[in-house]
Amino acid sequence: MTEETKPTSILGRVLAWGLLITLLALVGMQLRSSLQGVLTRGEQAPDFTLVTFDGQTITSADLEGKVVVLNIWASWCLPCKDEAVHLEQAWQHYQSREDVIFLGVAYVDTERESLAFIAKHGVTYPNGPDLGTLIYTSFRARGVPETFVINKLGEIASVKIGPYQSVQEIITVVDRLLELE
Amino acid sequence: MRLVAFLIAAGLLLAACAGSPAAAPAPQGTPSADQVNAVAKNLYCPVCANVPLDVCGTAACAQWRGQIADLLAEGYTEQQVYDYFAAQYGQGVLAVPPARGLNWLVYLLPPAVILGAGLLLARNLRRWRQAPAPQAKPPATEDDYTRKLEEELDARR
Amino acid sequence: MIADLGFFALLIAFLLALYACAAAAVGSRRREQRWVSSARSAIILGFPLLTIACASLVYSLANLDFQMQYVSQVTSHSMPMYLRVTALWGGQAGSLLFWAWLMAAFTFAVMLREWRRDRDLEPWVIIVTAATLAFFLALILFFENPFLRYWQGITGTVWTAMWQPTGAQPYIPIDGNGLNPLLRHPGMIIHPPMLYIGFVAFVVPFAFAIGALVTGRSDDRWIRVTRRWTLIAWLFLSLGLILGSRWAYDVLGWGGYWGWDPVEIAAFMPWLTGTAFLHSVMIQEKRGMFKHWNMLLIILTYCLVIFGTFLTRSGVLSSVHAFAQSAIGPMFFGFIALTFGVSLALLSKRWATLKSEVEMTSLLSRESLFLINNLLFMGILVICFWGVVFPIVSEASGGIGRAIPALAHIFTGQRATVGPIFYESATGPLWAALLLLMGIAPLSAWRASTARTLGRAIWKPFLISLVVLAGLLVGGMRQPLALLALWICAFVLLVTVYEFWRGARARTNRGENFLQAFWRLVARNRRRYGGYIIHIGVILIAVGVIGIELFQQETQGSLAVGERMHLGSYSIEYESLAEFETPDGRLVDRAVVNVFKDGQPLTQLYPRRDFYYESQQAMTIPGLRSTLEDDIYILLVDWEPVSASSATFKMYVNPLVNWIWLGGFVFIFGTLVASWPEADALPQRSRARLGGTPERA
Repeated sequence: MTEETKPTSILGRVLAWGLLITLLALVGMQLRSSLQGVLTRGEQAPDFTLVTFDGQTITSADLEGKVVVLNIWASWCLPCKDEAVHLEQAWQHYQSREDVIFLGVAYVDTERESLAFIAKHGVTYPNGPDLGTLIYTSFRARGVPETFVINKLGEIASVKIGPYQSVQEIITVVDRLLELE
Repeated sequence: MRLVAFLIAAGLLLAACAGSPAAAPAPQGTPSADQVNAVAKNLYCPVCANVPLDVCGTAACAQWRGQIADLLAEGYTEQQVYDYFAAQYGQGVLAVPPARGLNWLVYLLPPAVILGAGLLLARNLRRWRQAPAPQAKPPATEDDYTRKLEEELDARR
Repeated sequence: MIADLGFFALLIAFLLALYACAAAAVGSRRREQRWVSSARSAIILGFPLLTIACASLVYSLANLDFQMQYVSQVTSHSMPMYLRVTALWGGQAGSLLFWAWLMAAFTFAVMLREWRRDRDLEPWVIIVTAATLAFFLALILFFENPFLRYWQGITGTVWTAMWQPTGAQPYIPIDGNGLNPLLRHPGMIIHPPMLYIGFVAFVVPFAFAIGALVTGRSDDRWIRVTRRWTLIAWLFLSLGLILGSRWAYDVLGWGGYWGWDPVEIAAFMPWLTGTAFLHSVMIQEKRGMFKHWNMLLIILTYCLVIFGTFLTRSGVLSSVHAFAQSAIGPMFFGFIALTFGVSLALLSKRWATLKSEVEMTSLLSRESLFLINNLLFMGILVICFWGVVFPIVSEASGGIGRAIPALAHIFTGQRATVGPIFYESATGPLWAALLLLMGIAPLSAWRASTARTLGRAIWKPFLISLVVLAGLLVGGMRQPLALLALWICAFVLLVTVYEFWRGARARTNRGENFLQAFWRLVARNRRRYGGYIIHIGVILIAVGVIGIELFQQETQGSLAVGERMHLGSYSIEYESLAEFETPDGRLVDRAVVNVFKDGQPLTQLYPRRDFYYESQQAMTIPGLRSTLEDDIYILLVDWEPVSASSATFKMYVNPLVNWIWLGGFVFIFGTLVASWPEADALPQRSRARLGGTPERA
């Protein structure tokens, strides 16, 4: 035992400190991200890919130069139902414009229920499932519904936690971004 | 001896329970609630942390169970259902991470650590045993046992 | 007014804890006992002060002072008095205060002991306990103050502050949110306090261990002083875990008692290291070996307590048990880093001096078997720890993947779930090995055993256990895993009972009758025989676990009124469903279900769904019939609205699950026997005569 004290203890010490520091670093990172909250105004919107229910692939690169209203919803979410109507009306308002797009992202939802929801509320803007919950995670969303409005530079311009209460509320946000240029 | 009888009785009971499997296979096309639950047991819905899908009460989880029933009706195997859910909602829905990439660490690290510690202990035990000459004479008889017990009891004081 | 009183008591306790730290440090540096005594008085005062703080919060809770934020968060008019009082630990702020109070109580108790022989340790025990207490009090004062009140400005905005801001009026909500429905269960009333006591009590052995490390005392003193404290901490931790399982079984409605939830595991990990410590410490007492290992174990236990508390309360983990997200995370993280870092630094500084000459004579000696026991416990710990940490690793390591795209397919950053299957299959073999060891190790002697002496003690129980195995086989059990597990249980139980019998028999030869002999045997060595009783409790628990894990049956089905569903030898019949409101703010849907066994009417059960209006939460309460043989556990899953013409039930048959609770009682009883103070100490002289036997505190 004694003759080996020196070498093992140095190796052991390095190992023990290394493990402790790794553990603390990991937990610290996790703590930081759990305290971070949703993306805020001014941050660059993360890259994402949305494959819509009708098979169209939309990537964030396709959306350059457009104001994007990205709505995260679910068919099992009660407040999403009223909001869907407001969003659709707002979409009708902008549909003719080339520089505005609405996207619906169905979070933790089954395809059948999502499609039923879309049909029931007459939603016409592109909608798709959040595959692997990657969009939800990268926008650091904390629940549904949450809506991120992205300006033409690809920055987060507005975050709405909970449902929009009226069409006007949506139009106000989008119009301001359109005027800005 | 009563205890033994009791244990045997307990064993018999258990054996009786084991004899009758719970879920009989239902015909293809209409998966039973039990078949759905058997699959759902191994899935976790992201909206309710750490509650297995078969007992989770939220609306989202009810929809997921419906989805499992649909998939089973379409002829998906259990594994295909898991793969489908992992592709749709991320690997976090699986009860244990699929063995690939970093996830190998889940399965390899604990046995490696335990084996390593075991080897270390075995090596040290051998070394410690060689070091001093054994002096204790092993007690052998029942009288020795009594004596030793008394000794130990006295030594406590 | 009452809230002010509580707040000031809290504040003074905090300042005193800081003072105690500083004064003890000065006293130790200058070697002046008056400073240390002053520090001791300061820390002793913490307990009455925090008692005042807790009492004033309980008073406000009982009287529904809704102006206080905490009170309106966790109570409501409809709650009965006992729930209002226990709401003290129903939320983050209150439970932190309760935790601090318990810690102050233990510190108080340890400070009142006789310190004459441990003057060198005293300042360090004060520093460790006072610093910990000061930290928790700081969390309460600066982040989670339960005494904050609501105020309303002229514009109508409501905010919280301790005292009336200028121009603001008190704001008193009409009713509170009420306690989380999950916590409205008798099990929940005692489960958290037991667990908290178990947690905080480990601060005492930890503080002594740190004291011994700092002062460089390498003797057994700290272990002898803290032995009973450790046992008491362990007792309460065990009790908390058992009660928690019962609560989960009754309230969470998943048909089980233990879900391998990260928070459950966080409470379980210190129990594992604590148990390993209680075993290995005996080697040090008997043979003076492995001092460094014991030191490491007790420090690890306390660090795991702190780490578990952090995981539960900081929002890092999501779980049914977790508290709401809180701002205490960063400060708590700092505290953890400090505790871990200082502990490790001290350990590595003294590691060499703690190492002792190891002398082993036999692989079958008790000391080497204890080491194997420790290896198994630490193995289970590694599995648990890794299971809890891996989801964090999988998510956090996504950063590597983003930084180095070539590695992105390995470090995906996708969070992984590590569920019960992992823990069950990974720890299962280790548990089985531990059980087997539990049977053999107590028979081995210190220093040396031979296969012959061991065999002599084992062969009779072994033969009888084979009879049990044969009985199981004849009974038709064919599952190899179950046969093996139950055989181990039977064998170990028989060995342990045989040990009692052998001990008592040996004494009857000295002219005592058997019962007398038995009683004296246990009374004269409470620690050993208390330990054996604990082992019997563990076996009973193991039998229950084997029953439910390997033989649980379940089925689910929708039943029309009068229709039946079968499971095993049982069947249930849906009779009716009633919906009604209760005075405490619930909407209850309660089904009446007739239970039959082998076609004969057995009993009636009432599974129900309670919907709490205040919190908009639903609880599924099972209908439960328990016997030693099995439990029938029925959940009301769904029902046809209004007409209630049909309802969906989930039905479980849980064999032997009651043995878990039975074993729990035996377990606790054994721990009490082992930790009960020795009343009749022998006079000093006879101790000296026995020569060299160290005195035990």
